[in-house]
Amino acid sequence: MTVSEEVFPSAKPSFLERLRDSLLILWGSKTAMVGLTMVMFWIVVALLAPWVTKYSPTEQDWQAQNQGPSAQHWLGTDDAGRDIWSRLVYGARVILIQTPVTDKFSLPIGVAVWGVLLGLVVGSTLGLVGGYLGGWIDEIIMRLLDAMMAFPVILLYMIIIAAVGPSAINVVLAIAIVGTPGIARLVRSLTLDIRTREYIRAAEVRGEKLWYILFVEILPNASGPILIDAMLRLGYAIFAMGTLGFLGLGLPPPSPDWGSMVAKGRRFILAGSPWAALWPAVAIASLVVGLNLLADGLREETQRYR
Amino acid sequence: MIKGYQRMKDRKDLPILRVENLSVAYATRKGEVPAVRDVSFEVRRGETFGMVGESGCGKSTVAFSIVNFLGPNGRIKAGRIFFQGQDLVGRSERELRHLRGNRIAMVYQDPMQALNPSLRIGEQMAEVLIVHQGLKRAEAEERCIQMLERVYMPDPANVMRRYPHQLSGGQQQRVVIAMALLNDPALLIMDEPTTALDVTVEAAVLDLIAGLQEDFDTAILYISHNLGVIARVSDQVGVMYAGQLVERAPVTDLFLKPLHPYTQGLLRCVPRLGQDKLSSYLLPIRGQVPSPAALPSGCIFEPRCDFARPECRHGMPEYRQVADGHWVRCYFAEEVAGAGYQPPKELVAEMLATARKEREPVLRIERLKTYYEAPSPKLFDRRKRYVRAVDDVSLEAYKGLTLGIVGESGCGKSTLARTIIGLERPTDGKLEFMGFDIRKPVSKRDLEIIKNMQMVFQNPDSTLNPAFSVGRQIARPLELFKVVPKDQIRGEVIRLLELMKLGPNYYDRLPRQLSGGEKQRVGIARALAGRPELVLCDEPVSALDVSVQAAVLNLLLEIQHKLGTTLIFIAHDLSVVRFLSDYIAVMYLGKVMEFGTAEQIYAPPYHPYTEALLSAVPIPDPRAEQKHVRLEGTVPSALNPPAGCRFHTRCPRKLGPICEQEEPPWQDAGNGHRIYCHIPLEELRKVEPVITLHTDNAIKVR
Repeated sequence: MTVSEEVFPSAKPSFLERLRDSLLILWGSKTAMVGLTMVMFWIVVALLAPWVTKYSPTEQDWQAQNQGPSAQHWLGTDDAGRDIWSRLVYGARVILIQTPVTDKFSLPIGVAVWGVLLGLVVGSTLGLVGGYLGGWIDEIIMRLLDAMMAFPVILLYMIIIAAVGPSAINVVLAIAIVGTPGIARLVRSLTLDIRTREYIRAAEVRGEKLWYILFVEILPNASGPILIDAMLRLGYAIFAMGTLGFLGLGLPPPSPDWGSMVAKGRRFILAGSPWAALWPAVAIASLVVGLNLLADGLREETQRYR
Repeated sequence: MIKGYQRMKDRKDLPILRVENLSVAYATRKGEVPAVRDVSFEVRRGETFGMVGESGCGKSTVAFSIVNFLGPNGRIKAGRIFFQGQDLVGRSERELRHLRGNRIAMVYQDPMQALNPSLRIGEQMAEVLIVHQGLKRAEAEERCIQMLERVYMPDPANVMRRYPHQLSGGQQQRVVIAMALLNDPALLIMDEPTTALDVTVEAAVLDLIAGLQEDFDTAILYISHNLGVIARVSDQVGVMYAGQLVERAPVTDLFLKPLHPYTQGLLRCVPRLGQDKLSSYLLPIRGQVPSPAALPSGCIFEPRCDFARPECRHGMPEYRQVADGHWVRCYFAEEVAGAGYQPPKELVAEMLATARKEREPVLRIERLKTYYEAPSPKLFDRRKRYVRAVDDVSLEAYKGLTLGIVGESGCGKSTLARTIIGLERPTDGKLEFMGFDIRKPVSKRDLEIIKNMQMVFQNPDSTLNPAFSVGRQIARPLELFKVVPKDQIRGEVIRLLELMKLGPNYYDRLPRQLSGGEKQRVGIARALAGRPELVLCDEPVSALDVSVQAAVLNLLLEIQHKLGTTLIFIAHDLSVVRFLSDYIAVMYLGKVMEFGTAEQIYAPPYHPYTEALLSAVPIPDPRAEQKHVRLEGTVPSALNPPAGCRFHTRCPRKLGPICEQEEPPWQDAGNGHRIYCHIPLEELRKVEPVITLHTDNAIKVR
């Protein structure tokens, strides 16, 4: 019973090593790489918004309305003569980088991301509690969430925004509320599986508290699928923001909002200047498709590793 | 009745299957990994070739390459496979089908995966004959019933009308075997066919397999990790290690005169029924099986071999015939055979240093009942039904000693453990630990009680949380129970790791970087961290390979000697329980049938159930004499257990109506040995011992 004499180097991976490993997983999948490129494009552009465009998103030029792409205005201008590229870039900033709360104050991280994060916190907690405890607690939680899922998503968004009024914070809340049932279902199903594992018995046997078992023993082992699901959800959230904006329920004008840009530009398509509607539509599509590709690629790649 | 028309044409001396220098590799992301290297053997008609080896040694890959099921990434690199004289390697799927026809059949471990759950047994069996031999349905069904009779299936006509889930595991496996035999195969490949079965059921299936060659004259390739099973069914045995066949010999030669150091090591790892706790120490093989991606350049066993010399590192030893029919892949086989192995002295001294202590009860269980509420089969039936998982059990565990609990699956042994540890609520009865009442669930128990009673689990793959490092998982109970001050936790974890014979470098590893045995040791370290008085071990070694199992068992023994921990050891394997336990309780259907010291349990007087269990254990010694007691029928449901003695439905020594009507008395056979049976003690005493071992084994240690 001698211990094998081999000397192993310390096996704790440093942060850099872990980053490298995750990048290697990404590198292995073409789908994920394409998705990542598309998403990274918008993130970088939104981060560097003041530097990638010389116009303000609200600056109107009545001399240049509904223009096509040119050297001055890369993607053209809209009906008020505002630079479309600049509005797209600042629109991406609202989605991904900062949430305007009042005129003066804004939170870091964009509206869509906040919405998904909030949904994740609430949904995961409900799913963990329901899945682990089971019984009537689970029954109540899941039936309430089922009732929410019975509403069509668009209708639910419209009801919520119509009730509380359009603002960035309210869009965050709407995204979170609509996303919660799906996240809770996913986390619950993962929990149902993980709670049968023996390490959970070991935790119970040493008298761990409920919160410890839920958030320390179970949650980290469910994080992979939750993360991938969150990426897809971010895509849906962006889509939802576009829809709300299109219906006039998004951010109040004149803030740059991809959805309302499409709604405004739509009237001029047949008048011979489709650019104001086309570019924001392309922007929405590219970001959503990018996130979907990234999530799909990651899922495939992580499953192949198993 | 079943004509071996094809077989008549074969020449008698031609082996049915001849594998020559077979090498198989799997393509993986890290490049090609060799799974099987240079394997040669042959199986003759009417002969069973047993292939034994630990998990991952390539034994299943050999089977799959014969039937060409290697999967998209597997490939035969070299070698030839002759089936009835025809080479199978390199042929197209169509040619193969033509060559093999339906003359090779395969039986897998899990019968439920071989049977279609939505078809009746009769339909699926008859289909084989209708498709392959073009028989009419009536004729096919007739043949199926005959075949079921030949595999000793009780009431075959009735079985034909049932669905697979209505049969027990043993019956399902019989159906699969019968189905495999329907086409009168020349070669039957069985891959661990009894591994998923209970020991008494396994014994009956093994009897059937051992009789197959006589009845059917088929060649059988039998794959198993269990040396006892191999000893029972095989004529020829091949030992696989890390993708190579290291030794091949007739069964008695292999078990009595093993020539390869690995075979010898394996045989020393297995606990035998003849040994008890104080007189034996299992001798595990040091180190671990090399990964197929990093094989040693010389002899593959050299890094773990006690006889290794510098020469062993240069070049793979040839596979050579040492005696008649005895092939071995070792440079020094002749010397190894003669050398006789001396166990390291300190191990022996350590084992002998202990003496029995006073019997001081730590845990007292009295008339304990744990019932589960079962869902009512009717929608509007308000009456509650209960699964009587543990029904009126009284036991005691003594300080510093081991209480073994054995029984087949469904006997309630795991529920008993869960009730003791507080994961289930007892329905009735007394449960006392160190003088405290512990009928509360674990969440309501005092920290002191929780700390003093910990558990080791069965499955190495799920016993550790995959998200955290080994060190953190052992540190958690230290922190929770405040065993040592905060700044000493790391040192204490390393001390525990060293107690488990794992170095400090394991501290930062993640569970997926450990082997099964290592994970199990970490699980034990975690249980011991709070310095508990009592550790419950629920089948801690049943998922491990024999060489690893030996190391873990020794470790448990050693810890008990060092720390004086009381152990409750739950297992289905009687030889393992015997090896570790001082006291043993035999459970059947929620009740204890017999209780006594290990010596008392394994010698007459026996409870009839204990007798049947003992006679079913496969023993890795072809010369061992074992009584032949086989149980009829299946374990009744715990929802509605039989009245009177629970064992009367299957008891081979049933007296008469008294067994059906009255609960048996606890008969005291002296020195605390209790038997729960109607049969008078004098009669039970007359029963002969079940197992007679011839102790002059060549590989005997002391």
